[in-house]
Amino acid sequence: MSLTLSDIGRIANLARLELTGAQSERMLSQLNGFFDTVAQMNAVDTTGVEPLAHPTAVIDHVSLRLRPDVASEPDNREANQKSAPAVERGLFLVPKVIE
Amino acid sequence: MSNMHTSLLVHGYEVVIGFETHAQLATKSKIFSRAPTAFGAEPNTQACAVDLALPGTLPVMNQAAVELAIRLGLALGSHIAEHSVFARKNYFYPDLPKGYQISQFEIPVVQGGEVSFLLGEEKKTVRLVRAHLEEDAGKSLHEDFIGQSGIDLNRAGTPLLEIVTEPDMRSSAEAVAYAKELHRIVTWIGICDGNMQEGSFRCDANVSVRKPGAALGTRREIKNLNSFKFMQQAIDYEVRWQIEEIEDGRAIQQATVLFDPDTGETRAMRTKEDAADYRYFPDPDLPPLVIARDWVEQVRAGMPELPRAMAARFVADHGLSEYDAVTLTQSPAMAACFETAARASGQAKLVSNWIMGELSRRLNADEVDIASAPVSATQLAALVVRIADGTISNNAAKQVFDALWTGQGTQVDAVIEAKGLKQMNDTGALEILIDEVMAANADNVAQFRAGKEKAFNALVGQVMKASKGKANPQQVNDLLRRKLQ
Amino acid sequence: MKPIHQMGVGELAAAIASKQTSSVEAARHLLERARQFASLGAYLAFNEDATLAQARAADARIAAGERTPLLGVPLAHKDIFVTRDFPSTAGSKMLAGYQSPFDATVVQRLAAQGAVSLGKLNCDEFAMGSGNDNSAFGPVQNPWDTTRVPGGSSGGSAAAVAARLMPGATGTDTGGSIRQPASFTGITGIKPTYGRCSRYGMVAFASSLDQAGPMARSAADCAVLLTAMAGPDIDRDSTSLDRPAEDYTLSLAQPREGATAAQPLKGLRIGLPLEFFGAGCAPDVLTTVRAALAECEKLGATLVDISLPRTELSIPVYYIIAPAEASSNLSRFDGVKFGHRAAAYSDLNDMYRKTRSEAFGTEVQRRIMIGTYVLSHGYYDAYYLKAQQIRRLIAQDFQAAFAQCDLIAGPVAPTVAWKIGEKSDDPLANYLADIYTLSTSLAGLPGMSVPAGFGAGGMPVGLQLVGNYFQEGELLQTAHAFQQATDWHTRSPSGF
Repeated sequence: MSLTLSDIGRIANLARLELTGAQSERMLSQLNGFFDTVAQMNAVDTTGVEPLAHPTAVIDHVSLRLRPDVASEPDNREANQKSAPAVERGLFLVPKVIE
Repeated sequence: MSNMHTSLLVHGYEVVIGFETHAQLATKSKIFSRAPTAFGAEPNTQACAVDLALPGTLPVMNQAAVELAIRLGLALGSHIAEHSVFARKNYFYPDLPKGYQISQFEIPVVQGGEVSFLLGEEKKTVRLVRAHLEEDAGKSLHEDFIGQSGIDLNRAGTPLLEIVTEPDMRSSAEAVAYAKELHRIVTWIGICDGNMQEGSFRCDANVSVRKPGAALGTRREIKNLNSFKFMQQAIDYEVRWQIEEIEDGRAIQQATVLFDPDTGETRAMRTKEDAADYRYFPDPDLPPLVIARDWVEQVRAGMPELPRAMAARFVADHGLSEYDAVTLTQSPAMAACFETAARASGQAKLVSNWIMGELSRRLNADEVDIASAPVSATQLAALVVRIADGTISNNAAKQVFDALWTGQGTQVDAVIEAKGLKQMNDTGALEILIDEVMAANADNVAQFRAGKEKAFNALVGQVMKASKGKANPQQVNDLLRRKLQ
Repeated sequence: MKPIHQMGVGELAAAIASKQTSSVEAARHLLERARQFASLGAYLAFNEDATLAQARAADARIAAGERTPLLGVPLAHKDIFVTRDFPSTAGSKMLAGYQSPFDATVVQRLAAQGAVSLGKLNCDEFAMGSGNDNSAFGPVQNPWDTTRVPGGSSGGSAAAVAARLMPGATGTDTGGSIRQPASFTGITGIKPTYGRCSRYGMVAFASSLDQAGPMARSAADCAVLLTAMAGPDIDRDSTSLDRPAEDYTLSLAQPREGATAAQPLKGLRIGLPLEFFGAGCAPDVLTTVRAALAECEKLGATLVDISLPRTELSIPVYYIIAPAEASSNLSRFDGVKFGHRAAAYSDLNDMYRKTRSEAFGTEVQRRIMIGTYVLSHGYYDAYYLKAQQIRRLIAQDFQAAFAQCDLIAGPVAPTVAWKIGEKSDDPLANYLADIYTLSTSLAGLPGMSVPAGFGAGGMPVGLQLVGNYFQEGELLQTAHAFQQATDWHTRSPSGF
């Protein structure tokens, strides 16, 4: 299967990217080029194969570590907001959020 | 299915309601960071590098959040998954710092279970689909900035348990009763402070209507119902609105709506574009959550007796009515007060009446919590003992209670003594009194003997008056009748 | 005493410890040398005051009689690690001038050992690339031929170490980003088992693949650096493995079971995957790698033929999983909390789109598109899930192979370093060039690149060694034995 320009538009919108017409065209051909090589995956029989999300799970089971419930992070607002584009009274400013 | 037989119709439509409740878990630190969760701090002072999704930060799971989820599962008879998975729910929103929310999707930690409660006299059961752990988002503040919103991420990363029901509810009243029961349970087992104003317990109601027997209608989700009162209003409005739409030949569009308490109406939210495609996938930063059976058993061992079980026990052991038992198990403190007083006095019914009567009245009047009431369970026990053994009358008891409440006294007997409220139980003295009264009111005596029952009450009144209210009315009755024969 | 820049990590540490030179002197010398070769484009940031302050502190510790293997040794970090003292950009316009309030765990651990930080090193944007020509701050030149790429994504680290701008540097490897640039620049680099080094403070590309590792001039130096870098980070990284840290320098010292002075690799079975030696690999690379393997045989190793049948599949599998994770990891760059925000926009979504399109490079946008697509509704099962299933089969292939051998060896890349700009507009060609390193990353296995000689145009060729989980010690031991018998790793590009 191959993608269409409208797929590119839909995906770009999901990813919050803005592509010009020319960029979309190039993106389309490059992605289709890539997905041609992906086709070989279909030939592989993966029935009953557990997906491998965490590499070392191949040799022994990995499980989530839990930390004790301790609130030890001090207020570090000034340093944390040092690289913020727009801050006022400690709040991050963004274009109005309409609900 | 549980409630079908009791469906009540609105203009010939059946109402179908399912709930999604976000309960903030009562942890000290956030679900994936060590920042504090306290409410009301200065903007972004409780949002650490992890909560702000600063480059390079990673989540580390809070054990307490898992434990509280296990408690809920045990309280609702759910299955606690030995193995559950955290997934990323991807969407862009300013209050979502990472651009995705860490939640549980395919495999939640709490699976199944049910919530039972009384709706009037009828026992209802709402089935749970699941309860899953996730992180809360921040807050957008729209007021203070022209054309802009301010983002406060203090709440971001607060642990939430999202509790999802089957569409089992058939009326707004039933929905509210469910929400109240769930609220009672989460606060009872101490996993959530239940503060609805601060958003600790937020309910979303999925509402649809259909002709009886028809397939489920299209639902609209009413978001963030933060009081039981609004909950009922919002659902009633929504139901009316949907029925009118359908009657006017318009199809219901699936939507998320907000309830406006001022207008009493619900209105559709501006739908987030492509909100439909969240691109869930297992979070590669978090291995699967594995819960060992012995941990579940440890938690179970530490669970308090649940309100419904306790109420049933009150009925069985103390012969209370179901209604009284449910009322007395509104909070652990009230239940404890009843049990202590009942055990100490052996007068369960009297204790129950006094807690739901005089005690509750004073608690409400003075707006104090039962845990900090001036009259202790042991004092209450001593008081009802004196009522039961006839030492004081009910009216006298109210005076004693008042004295204890206002701190005039602490010892029930001392108060009775000091106020001279003891009933006159000495038969000899009472007989003399009665003889005097009969002599002084020969006409009444004659009238009674002539068959006028009313004359008898007049005589009783005279005797009580003569005894300055200390005579035991029952005793007076008996003696007087005997003498008049 | 030979010039400071000619010394490796061990030598320089010893020279500083024995007060032949000082940390401050070494740092000054190397900062000067960095300015001298600024045209390589290896560095992205300096902070001389911070560097010299660290050096002075190290000299003070030495004066106080303290000794650690890295005390006072100047290094530099790939700009994928966030640092307090230097801006952290991940090679992206998105993070130009970004100031992190904390240091990455790996940076902290090296500093705790007394290493001194010279600055931040160029890399492909968000570590996405294999030529370091995807950096928003310009390409990096390969010191062996400045018209060629140094490899990527840790190209700045590789070029800097090869050009003797510092004895060692940190790198990260998601699909070959340590091994391939090490191979292209004739240095030694190792990517440990996934989870051995903390990812806390590494700007995330693909969370289930990213691993930090050292790049230096010898296996011995890598052992010193990895010993400092690796170890559990229980408090900060849930994927960091809870295994005690190891001292990899010990495995170098102790000879392997049954080894002799003449045959230090005696009894070692090296597996050669036939898929790594096929037509896809350039003859000059094959010849060089085979010669190196013959040397290993002389040193006592036995070569066994093995098969990794799904090697070719590792390309689509990797280029689905890595972009999928990246598309999500890069969602936090939205112009709200940090980094670039577009100057003009009509509303919130317009702000998101303009900000991200302006500040992400084309390769990054390409991978975000691929990743978003393979996770999107209706495609998840066919792409992402399928890829994760094949990933397990690939990992199982390695376990089957390790039943027949102790280590696996082959080329790192099919060719030597290509010309700058040669592949810049051909993403697929770049992806295909990663074929020998991707499967190792997908399986989370440790792998390294060891200088093996020179190929076409006199460009360096690396020998790739892959070990089973947690066999970093054995890898380094083998590479060290090889380097005791060869001098490829000591060659430096002319003019450096």
